[in-house]
Amino acid sequence: MDTQVLTTVLFLTVVAATVAITFWASRQTKTAADFYSGGRSFSGFQNGLAIGGDYMSAASFLGISGAIAVYGYDGFLYSIGFLVAWLVALLLVAEMLRNAGRYTMADQLAFRMRQRQVRSAASISTVVVSIFYLLAQMVGAGTLVALLLGVDSEAVKNITIIGVGALMIFYVVVGGMKGTTYVQIVKAVLLMLGSALIVVLVLAKFNFNLSELLGSAADNSGKGEAFLQPGLQYGASLTSQIDFLSLGLALVLGTAGLPHILIRFYTVPTAQDARKSVLWAIALIGTFYLMTLVLGFGAAALLDRDQVDPLEGGNQNLASPLLAEAVGGGEGSTGGAILLALIAAVAFATILAVVAGLTLASSSSVAHDLYKGVIKKDQPVTEKEEVRVARIGAFVIGAIAIALSIPAQRLNIAFLVALAFAVAASANLPAIIYNMFWRRFNTRGATWSIYGGLISAVGLVFFSPVMSGLPTSLFPDSDWSIFPLNNPGIVSIPLGFLLGYLGTISSREPDAEERYTELEVRALTGAGAEQAVLH
Amino acid sequence: MTEHERAARHDPIYDRLHATPEFAELRHRYRSFVIPATVAFLAWYLLYVVLSNWAGGFMSTQVVGNINVALIFGLLQFVTTFALAWYYAHYSQTKLDPLARQLDAEYRKGGDA
Repeated sequence: MDTQVLTTVLFLTVVAATVAITFWASRQTKTAADFYSGGRSFSGFQNGLAIGGDYMSAASFLGISGAIAVYGYDGFLYSIGFLVAWLVALLLVAEMLRNAGRYTMADQLAFRMRQRQVRSAASISTVVVSIFYLLAQMVGAGTLVALLLGVDSEAVKNITIIGVGALMIFYVVVGGMKGTTYVQIVKAVLLMLGSALIVVLVLAKFNFNLSELLGSAADNSGKGEAFLQPGLQYGASLTSQIDFLSLGLALVLGTAGLPHILIRFYTVPTAQDARKSVLWAIALIGTFYLMTLVLGFGAAALLDRDQVDPLEGGNQNLASPLLAEAVGGGEGSTGGAILLALIAAVAFATILAVVAGLTLASSSSVAHDLYKGVIKKDQPVTEKEEVRVARIGAFVIGAIAIALSIPAQRLNIAFLVALAFAVAASANLPAIIYNMFWRRFNTRGATWSIYGGLISAVGLVFFSPVMSGLPTSLFPDSDWSIFPLNNPGIVSIPLGFLLGYLGTISSREPDAEERYTELEVRALTGAGAEQAVLH
Repeated sequence: MTEHERAARHDPIYDRLHATPEFAELRHRYRSFVIPATVAFLAWYLLYVVLSNWAGGFMSTQVVGNINVALIFGLLQFVTTFALAWYYAHYSQTKLDPLARQLDAEYRKGGDA
């Protein structure tokens, strides 16, 4: 059977199913609480699945297995950092945020601070983080579709980016949080089942013996034992080792500051359900990252180097789909064609679910924080008007993401995601943690940490070798790089925390300190927290 | 600064709840769990990153077949993450939730009065 036809049919099935879900969800979306938080009526288990669907992005599914296939053990750091990060969300953020906030990340700051300043800052950083993350997913979608259709043309990539952008705007505008959540749940189930199938087929080839799989991966990689040891990608020099540490910090501290993850905690009735969702998410995401280990080493063992290694003309982002083809019987076989098409469709569903969550997070913040909290702060805004602005916001952000994705195609997907994590860890996490744990924290502290973390993270990347100075840079012919690392986290995260501290102690805000009493009682007990909407 | 730029004043019931010994106990139980736990798992994770960077010889030691210390260390990060998540769930259900429910009930009573 022809893979391209089969792939196209499966892609269209995924699109049709998600469109149907969205129309169905739109009939249940009436109020602002429905649009932003799905009426807060999802169960912990449903939300755990949706968090998994929101979090396991193309960078995880395609990127990590590809990184392991090429660099061996060093690719594993991503899996570990992405998982351990959930403990920050579980212990310090999820439950208190659910009790203290309403629809967006800014709510819990605005609870006790000056609305205009903190909502503007939080909204800007929400939109910046979401757009970096969106670019990664959309560039990934373009590459995936072009390569699967076997045509490496700019036109196909651009059409795919526009198509994905149009779909994500549709999910959010029509389905709101309910539609987005069901799309994410379906995707999480597909991704887990699809990955498990390939993992079992890979392990079966090695008699379910992990050591045999690893040995075969090391031999086939041409790098021998070094392939199973740390250092192949990052061990070259002290600079690259510090870069690795910097990346590790951003991964572990970024998750609990990602706006599209934070708003998921508002979709359940109580803080206990928010905790349950994170526990389910940890079980799901942990299992998934264990599977990426097998997928990555499986690709290294079973595929030729010129299929996956970019230095030998391969494409590391295609390691998982090509591995599916190999274990299905190889190129040209029916089994191979079916599995390749299936895994490609799963990857496509993965991208769609993540971009929907990102568009929803940023458009919610534009409507609820910027429009209602800043622009119209002295006038009453009806719920209908607020939701209409959120829908317009989804259009605008979708259009910006499409416009930026087309020239961004030269950028590395994993790098864009790592940058989103670094910005989230530097700008958002310090403000969230200080606000919950430190009575003295105030508006100046919050705005200094958000703007300081945001500007330093983005600024350091601008002056890094990612942008200029090396043949692999975005602008290889110029050189303005003065910061040696690709990952800014090791500087920008401590700076975000430091600026939050300095801003706070250099100003006094008795109102914010007094209101901390209510924030703390509410956050820890749920007294007065937003209730679920009953229809 | 206009009234709208400032957060609204709060209900005095929060001051009363905040002053109760139950609330002080709840906050103590919560903080005395999550702060040391966070320090511990971050230190354990950073140890893993540092060893991967600067203790290549140790991490490359083979244990069984092709399975080396680095792989076991990485898999242990999964085990400790699952274990701490499970333990926190257990701790919060037995030590935190009953107190939180009691205070929330007092809030609801106070709100009606």
